Amino acid sequence: MIKFKLNGSVVETDAPSTVRLLDLLREEFELIGSKEGCGEGECGACSVLVDNLVQNSCLIPIGALEGTDVQTIEGYSKTPQYQVLNECYATAGGVQCGFCTPGMIIATEALLSKNPHPSEEEIREGISGNLCRCTGYNMIVDAIQLAAKKGDGLW
Amino acid sequence: MITKDISQSVVKKDHVDKVAGQLPYISDVKMEDMLYGVLYRSPIAYGKVLSIEYPILPEGYHVIGAEHIPGGNFVKILIPDQPIFANEWVNYIGEPIFMLVGKELEVLYQLLDEAQVKFEEHEATYTLDDAIEKMTDVMATHEFGESLQTIEEIGKKAYQIIEEEYETGYQEHVYLEPQGMLGIYQEDEIQVQGSMQCLYYIKNALISALACDDDEVRVIQSPTGGGFGGKEDFPSMMACHVAIAAQVVKKPVMLLFDRSEDLVVTTKRHPSKIKYKTALDRDGNILSMSTEVFLDGGANTGLSPVVLQRALLNSAGVYKIPHYHAKGYVLKTNTVPNGAFRGFGAPQSFAGLESHMGHIARIAGKDPLEYKRQYLVKQGEPTITNGRFRDPIFMEDMIEDLLKTLNYKKKKEEFARFNQQSPRFKKGIGTSLFLHGCGFTGSGERDHIKATVKLLKTKDDQVLVKISNSDMGQGIFTTLSKIVAQELGVPYEEISFPYPDTKDVPDSGPTVASRTTMIVGKLLERAARRLKEKWQSGVEQEIVEDYVHEEMIPWDEKTFSGDAYPAYSWGVNIVEVEVDSFTGNVQLEKIHASFDIGKAIDERIVKGQIDGGMAQGLAYGFMEKMTSKQGRIQQRSITDYGPPTAMDIVHIESKLYDNPYAGGPYGAKGVGELTLIGGAPAVQSAIEDALAVPFYQIPITPEIIIESLEKREGEAVD
Repeated sequence: MIKFKLNGSVVETDAPSTVRLLDLLREEFELIGSKEGCGEGECGACSVLVDNLVQNSCLIPIGALEGTDVQTIEGYSKTPQYQVLNECYATAGGVQCGFCTPGMIIATEALLSKNPHPSEEEIREGISGNLCRCTGYNMIVDAIQLAAKKGDGLW
Repeated sequence: MITKDISQSVVKKDHVDKVAGQLPYISDVKMEDMLYGVLYRSPIAYGKVLSIEYPILPEGYHVIGAEHIPGGNFVKILIPDQPIFANEWVNYIGEPIFMLVGKELEVLYQLLDEAQVKFEEHEATYTLDDAIEKMTDVMATHEFGESLQTIEEIGKKAYQIIEEEYETGYQEHVYLEPQGMLGIYQEDEIQVQGSMQCLYYIKNALISALACDDDEVRVIQSPTGGGFGGKEDFPSMMACHVAIAAQVVKKPVMLLFDRSEDLVVTTKRHPSKIKYKTALDRDGNILSMSTEVFLDGGANTGLSPVVLQRALLNSAGVYKIPHYHAKGYVLKTNTVPNGAFRGFGAPQSFAGLESHMGHIARIAGKDPLEYKRQYLVKQGEPTITNGRFRDPIFMEDMIEDLLKTLNYKKKKEEFARFNQQSPRFKKGIGTSLFLHGCGFTGSGERDHIKATVKLLKTKDDQVLVKISNSDMGQGIFTTLSKIVAQELGVPYEEISFPYPDTKDVPDSGPTVASRTTMIVGKLLERAARRLKEKWQSGVEQEIVEDYVHEEMIPWDEKTFSGDAYPAYSWGVNIVEVEVDSFTGNVQLEKIHASFDIGKAIDERIVKGQIDGGMAQGLAYGFMEKMTSKQGRIQQRSITDYGPPTAMDIVHIESKLYDNPYAGGPYGAKGVGELTLIGGAPAVQSAIEDALAVPFYQIPITPEIIIESLEKREGEAVD
């Protein structure tokens, strides 16, 4: 039995410890916000926060989660920080097909929580583990710059 | 929100759901009793299937093969040469032979391993070069322009003749959402849902495969995580697989590709070889040019003949070339079939031609941009198929404005000084000039597509958009709703635009060819105008609008003459790079882009198209490399292939020029494909400017750069 915190609540699972976190989230907890774009830790569409660090949930065997605090887009979307990101991604036009977006939002949170006023270069590096094929990234970079300004004090 | 000017940006209709991640893409869908499918694929490139020994199947597991297909065993695209399940010959590695269906994916994969298929292998054609040498399997060919005899005569009097060969590689779409399709059995119909661009292509393929009536199949688009052409033709095959399986097992059947399967078996941009033969006078002026285009079609015809058409129609670029001749072929190889990809043959042509023009310019001792400008077509002049460029062309203004903004001359001098002092890092600036013909070629819209749109107003005065086009991220939910809303004088949020379902929407054509805003948008504009005139509150009303062909110079597909497109969008890209001559690494420094797309329906959405399209186009020129060895795609992961991350791209300074086109809604022309086309040639031109070395291929990878530099050094020593 593995016990960890998921979106604020303590959960337990008796799934084998080698099951990928991504599958556990999508199958057992029916949380569809973490997407599978590659299954190899290359695209970041399945990004979640584990103890406030951005992680590819497709690479994490759930055995490694004992005692950790996992947050997915479903939990994060209830925070005031999410509201700012939601608004700034809209204003900057950072969303096209939407498949990379939840992961990108999670990566943004991980970046801003560590570095509330990142430079453009730091932003590009911060989201470099998350692929987007639609936007060419610039409007996402704009969204994050805007969020850092608008959400001043939140991070 | 009602905007005064339609170009003013609004929040996208699907923004909130997408950010929250709660929009169900096909892989998010679960149904009771749902089974999964996996495909047994050919491990050989060409050969005969001698025998198939299926694994022993546990209860609830099934084999679906060619014998289960009620109709024709082919995916209906252009010609019936693409089997749904290969049962006699296999033509490429990865070709589906049968499908296993059952509850657990893990069990299915194990069963796949246990299947035994025996083949008689035959000698395959692996590369485009092999195919060119043989010239035995020509899938399509076209030829037009000035007679070769005339061109030869001109050549005899020329000062010199420049011959070049240019090569472009594969490009892979890497839509973030891999392909996925779900077939659902119902008593009276087979339903297919999934990630797609063209609902009626799929529906027609299903009617043919299932040999059923129009009302027995139904296609519904799921939220689609990117397409770029990759979900234009390919999904029809997957739809046939899941539909046939669902009909046999009478349960829902889901087929989802993981990334490596998606990379290896789905369609890609055609690799090409383009040959140029250009006669010049003493001053370096062009006397004549002939172009020969060879496209690697892969193992099945697919859409390749149409891709070739666009490649050829764009082969003279934005130039008025005296005495021009073009010829092209699609050749069969025993490799994964190639298909639609944003630009559809034009990116290869523009990369090749812009490269060639740049090389001729240097031979003539001129700056490439100045040289190319002399040949720019002007309004009223003929196209290479004797059509007309009827609408105003702003290319001169666009170039002139950019040169001023950049202080181009000064910048070139600065770069020259920098390069002289810097042995390792070299700076360069390069330009590409390009256009894109909007909509289907020739009379395709009138003769083949025959688009129809519908607006439904309910008793509660709710207006619904009923069309078969897909929003795959490009934002048509928003842009097309804006067009309808603007006509009706209501906020765009009030227009309802559900994911299309063929049971409910007429065939407004596929979501391809930069046609959706211009063609379908125009029909919706007309429909909305009529609805407004007839508006009766509290009454259900329906408005249907059919495509009306604009009078042009009639297109003749046999002779390739007439107006190939109703309208053209235009672009200028200027790219600055820094090249590390020790490692061959290319760093983008600054990017400038100007476009004439008629009129932007939403400036922010258009900017998204510009940035995303340019990132793909630039990366096509120097980063993204996919190769096939003995018929096998070598790149099995995204990293192997190398699309750009946020760290590879820089800010793109873009500008739009309003040039309203009467045939488009509010003057809008096509935008989606145009934005990709100029990236690769501009980046090549910039690398050449930095290193003063010509290149004859894309992608220009670090290896190619180092090789070329070493070759130049070798030549210098000799």
